[in-house]
Amino acid sequence: MFAEFLQYLFTGITIGATYALIALGFTLIYNASHVINFAQGEFLMIGGMATVSLTAMGVPMVLAIILAVLLAGVLGILLQRFAIAPAKQADVVTLIIITIGASIFIRGLAQLVWGKEYHVMQNFSSDEPIRIFGAVLNSQSLWVLGIGAILVVGLVLFFTRTLIGKAILATSMNKEAARLVGIRTQLVLMLAFLVSAVLGSVAGVVVAPITFTSYDIGIMLGLKGFVAAAIGGLGSGMGAVVGGLLLGIVEAMAAGYISSDYKDAVAFSMILIVLFFMPRGLFGAKVVERV
Amino acid sequence: MLKTILRRTGKFAAIAAAGLVMSAQAAEPIKIGSFLSVTGPASFLGDPELKTLEMYVEKINEEGGVLGRQLELIHYDDVGNASNARNFASRLIRSDRVDIIVGGSTTGATMAAVPLVEQAKIPFISLAGAVVITTPVKEWVFKTPQSDRMAAERILTDMKDRGITKIGLISGTGGFGSSGRTQTLEVAEKMGIEVLADVTYSGSDTDMTAQLTNIRNTDGVEAVLNFGFGQGPAIVTRNYDQLGMELPFYQSHGVASDSFLELAGDSAEGLRLPASPLLVPDSLPDDDPQKKVVQDYKAEYEARWDSKVSTFGAYAYDGLMLAVQAIEAAGSTDKEAVREALENIQGYVGVTGVFNMSPEDHNGLDADSFRILEVQNGEWKLIN
Repeated sequence: MFAEFLQYLFTGITIGATYALIALGFTLIYNASHVINFAQGEFLMIGGMATVSLTAMGVPMVLAIILAVLLAGVLGILLQRFAIAPAKQADVVTLIIITIGASIFIRGLAQLVWGKEYHVMQNFSSDEPIRIFGAVLNSQSLWVLGIGAILVVGLVLFFTRTLIGKAILATSMNKEAARLVGIRTQLVLMLAFLVSAVLGSVAGVVVAPITFTSYDIGIMLGLKGFVAAAIGGLGSGMGAVVGGLLLGIVEAMAAGYISSDYKDAVAFSMILIVLFFMPRGLFGAKVVERV
Repeated sequence: MLKTILRRTGKFAAIAAAGLVMSAQAAEPIKIGSFLSVTGPASFLGDPELKTLEMYVEKINEEGGVLGRQLELIHYDDVGNASNARNFASRLIRSDRVDIIVGGSTTGATMAAVPLVEQAKIPFISLAGAVVITTPVKEWVFKTPQSDRMAAERILTDMKDRGITKIGLISGTGGFGSSGRTQTLEVAEKMGIEVLADVTYSGSDTDMTAQLTNIRNTDGVEAVLNFGFGQGPAIVTRNYDQLGMELPFYQSHGVASDSFLELAGDSAEGLRLPASPLLVPDSLPDDDPQKKVVQDYKAEYEARWDSKVSTFGAYAYDGLMLAVQAIEAAGSTDKEAVREALENIQGYVGVTGVFNMSPEDHNGLDADSFRILEVQNGEWKLIN
């Protein structure tokens, strides 16, 4: 009985950590620009796919991962420079639509370059799963959790301790005022896209050994990451992490105890329930509308 | 000036007239129409199918054609979209005026074209899997792949042979998985096999540990069957291995390909599935009538396209050969005669199986055309 519960919990936490990393990417760009970047899932896909194809070319795994993350970062910058920046006068909804277009474009490109097959990636360490109280934990799950935790702590430090981090926060609070005190808001935006692309691609690399990877892996994972971000309260880093883990665990419990048929329904109705009672999400900032 | 023009026109007229006479002497080509999902989400079906059709139409033409007439392949790409399929079927019938249609990569595309084909009364050989295409029998519609019902029968028979009567079922929620689930439940009831656990996963799921734990904790389960398609079954296979589950494990024909072995890796060791003999051409016993057909198709396809042969391309091979055989038997391209000839084909040895058509059975295959394979040392091994 307990082993069963523990198994669902492990499953939930692993997949939840992935959702959390994707949600963090959403949060970052949302903070800097109030744009919800629906191309976030594609960064995840680029991370996994580029690593797989580089290792297939004989590049050592570690180097392949670094190159893949760099590639995703460059793509993030390009996305901001050539798709978002030219439309800077447009309102937020238009920018969101642009990101949807960009995600379809990137996916199409990936399909041409890498084909449509699913690809395998080796576990970072041993293939042997770990057994705890009758439940099993994939060793790769530890990597997902560990790297996820490091990234979260790093982000917190980045936003509270560095000038650039504070500049991003300032831009998100009031773009005009930030510009007046000398912050180059366009640069800040670019930085936000860079960091969230890096986050997304790292998530893509660490989960690829568990989920496989293909050109369209970003669609559903990206969507779930968005749900996680919304549950946590868009714009809150803490919210993204809690939202992601909560979503993962609820999904796994629903699949295990209720019925796997309702797993996605449970996940998506959770967003309705949370937003109904807490319209700004679990950790959303309290906003006072000035009239 | 005027004279020259007149003289030239006269010359042209003479040449044109000569050309007409010539072409009337050479027989009209037999037009084979096709709509396939060559690009789009189902391109893994349509791509090898088109390659197969192109290559064998060429080959047949080089060898002198059918009834002394050349074959002409007219094909369209429906991009995996049923409404495109319907439009193209209509174009094939009305403007291209083809003699027979061999195509329809997916069940959706096939079913969209069926009403048109029935109305226009033109023979149609579908390359899609579902039972609904030929059950109930439609006068003008035939199909070459086995149905998922036969796969379920084959798997459950093999289980029964091993003395297994209580199973756990895990299936994908996509069209293939859910249809397979329905068929498995029906066949299991008929064969007296109990399905104790029945869980599902959606196509985009990345972890099926929870569902499998559910099955593992169900008392009395003696074997597990996964009916699904795409990467899902590979993840199920890996999770199955990670959970350390020891029960006999079966997959469906949906993943009977080498790319599945690549994805699932070591965790696929020992699992069984029903598959086309195309996966194990060289292990077939020498007295197996399909051995030569299967080996030849594999060799020719791989030599021509420099890519791995797939069972889906084999459906197109069988479709084309059945069409050719029917036209030869009918002695003309008269549609009713060809339809009747198709219906009466007996003992045609194809790549997918041995076809015995009848007015009641427009598929002509039985469950035994599937071979049960087991994964041993990372390779397919023929069991029976």
